Amino acid sequence: MRLSRAARGILGGLTVLVLAGIYLPLFVVFVNSFSTSTSLSWPPPGFTLEWWAKAFRSEGALDALVTSVQIASVSTLIALVLGTLISLALQRYSFFGREAVSLLVILPIALPGIITGIALNNAFRTILGVQLSIYTVIVAHATFCIVTVFNNVIARLRRLGTSIEDASADLGAGLWTTFRLITFPQLRSALFAGGLLAFALSFDEIIVTTFTAGAGVKTLPLWILDNLFRPNQAPVVNVIAVVLVIVSIIPIYIAQRIAGAEKIVR
Amino acid sequence: MSAEYPAIRLTGLTKVFGTATAVDHVDLDIAEGEFFSMLGPSGSGKTTVLRLIAGFEQPTSGTISLFGQDVTQRAPFDRDVNTVFQDYALFPHMSVLENVAYGLRVRGVSKRDRLARAREALDTVRLGGFGDRKPSQLSGGQRQRVALARATVVRPKALLLDEPLGALDLKLREQMQVELKELQRDLGITFIFVTHDQEEALTLSDRIAVFNDGRIEQLGTPAEIYDRPVSPFVAAFVGTSNVFDDEVSHRLFGHGGLHSLRPEKISIGSEASPPAADRTATGTLAEVIYVGSSTRLIVDLDAGKRITVLEQNDAHRVGEDQRGSRVSVGWNDVDVVDLEPAITHQ
Repeated sequence: MRLSRAARGILGGLTVLVLAGIYLPLFVVFVNSFSTSTSLSWPPPGFTLEWWAKAFRSEGALDALVTSVQIASVSTLIALVLGTLISLALQRYSFFGREAVSLLVILPIALPGIITGIALNNAFRTILGVQLSIYTVIVAHATFCIVTVFNNVIARLRRLGTSIEDASADLGAGLWTTFRLITFPQLRSALFAGGLLAFALSFDEIIVTTFTAGAGVKTLPLWILDNLFRPNQAPVVNVIAVVLVIVSIIPIYIAQRIAGAEKIVR
Repeated sequence: MSAEYPAIRLTGLTKVFGTATAVDHVDLDIAEGEFFSMLGPSGSGKTTVLRLIAGFEQPTSGTISLFGQDVTQRAPFDRDVNTVFQDYALFPHMSVLENVAYGLRVRGVSKRDRLARAREALDTVRLGGFGDRKPSQLSGGQRQRVALARATVVRPKALLLDEPLGALDLKLREQMQVELKELQRDLGITFIFVTHDQEEALTLSDRIAVFNDGRIEQLGTPAEIYDRPVSPFVAAFVGTSNVFDDEVSHRLFGHGGLHSLRPEKISIGSEASPPAADRTATGTLAEVIYVGSSTRLIVDLDAGKRITVLEQNDAHRVGEDQRGSRVSVGWNDVDVVDLEPAITHQ
């Protein structure tokens, strides 16, 4: 399709505008992390590395980071196992209520976080009588992390069809061997993509976390929210934000490389 | 034990999907070492019977026995039969050699032994140098051979082939037909071959079962099926046939009932000099179609029936084969086949 000069100019301009809308604020955060101003005034009156040094010495931030990684890792792991199992059940077997289960699995990602948060808080404390802790956060996060794994895996299973699994059984492999040697290798990249998304979802979750975290459980987003408006802490928050941006670029880059490589093989 | 029991015995085999009966009370014995074809149009139940034998589907009722052993309730991995799938179903993440060695691997054969046997199997299908490739790097015919090697390396008692040549072009298909026949003779095991291609079935098989509407319409040798079709369906599906209804039969053969007559069994001459035959009839030439080795002539008989006549091109030819010219056709009584009207399906 050929575009006129004017159309190309307009579309190009719009693209720049949208990308600028996303990335300029991130750039401001990056610059502010070196600013000498503690109130994030713009333009920065001067530059310093003080906040970076401070951030790496801030126990609150580092603890929060560790907590977030723990929660995201464990809930992603739970989501990978349960998401794969439910996908296999819904894609490979037919049973009463299959459509209903399929809808119920996807629902948590569409529910407003505040509803999930209040409901789980209520269920944990008053119905189950469980103390809120890091484990309650993990369970809460797993409910919506499953969805991303489920979506990726079920799409892959649908495309894969059943004939190679039939062939494996035909050649003498039992159910578990077929899964281990045939199905799982075909699911690996779907699991990676789904797991990555699940990790990211858990890592920046704030509403459900607020309602399900026990006293003293502070995830990174909670820590940032607490410290953003505290005097003298804003530049440290900026440093953390920059680190997070850099850290999240790496898995996205890997995921894109894997997706690209798969297209070439197929 | 093979002398006492057939390789495969199906008894009252029935499979219902929802409201559709795919396989309807099929009884069948297949002998050891037989090249057996299940022939029929799509939806006739032939592939479902194959999947039932392999164990991918559970029958609604009826039993399946292999060499006298009831395997109806056994899982696919617990049956001594292997399948060559229509789409080959090679494992895309494994090399060709790993694909072929797979059945041995899951049976716990040591790595050295299984790779040696897999290489040997690849040699027999003339893919010796291709072991390191991925299935995606092979052509259709090569993938077909890998699927054959993979299914036969585990030495099954019967090999099930689900339209294995369907995806190949004509030349390759004819070549693979010869290779399949040779492979079957070398291995000496039962081949059950599902196809909708009547010519393929006639060429390869010791016996053929013609499927229609989930039932076996006729069972017999290729010659029996071709020369003595029992029903209008078989007569029309296997090769070309002229099928005559009750009314026309009365006029042409002197008695009622359904009859069929192969186009190549009919000879043709001018009205003035009819061919030498038991019976003759007159008509008008409606169409002349040249097909290389032979000519297909469409004749409208005065008895009220349009028939096809096949003439070898080295044989006597009618006048100038003019459309609209008057002709005389003749046939021998022995070539007229009585059909059973009772088996007609819609």
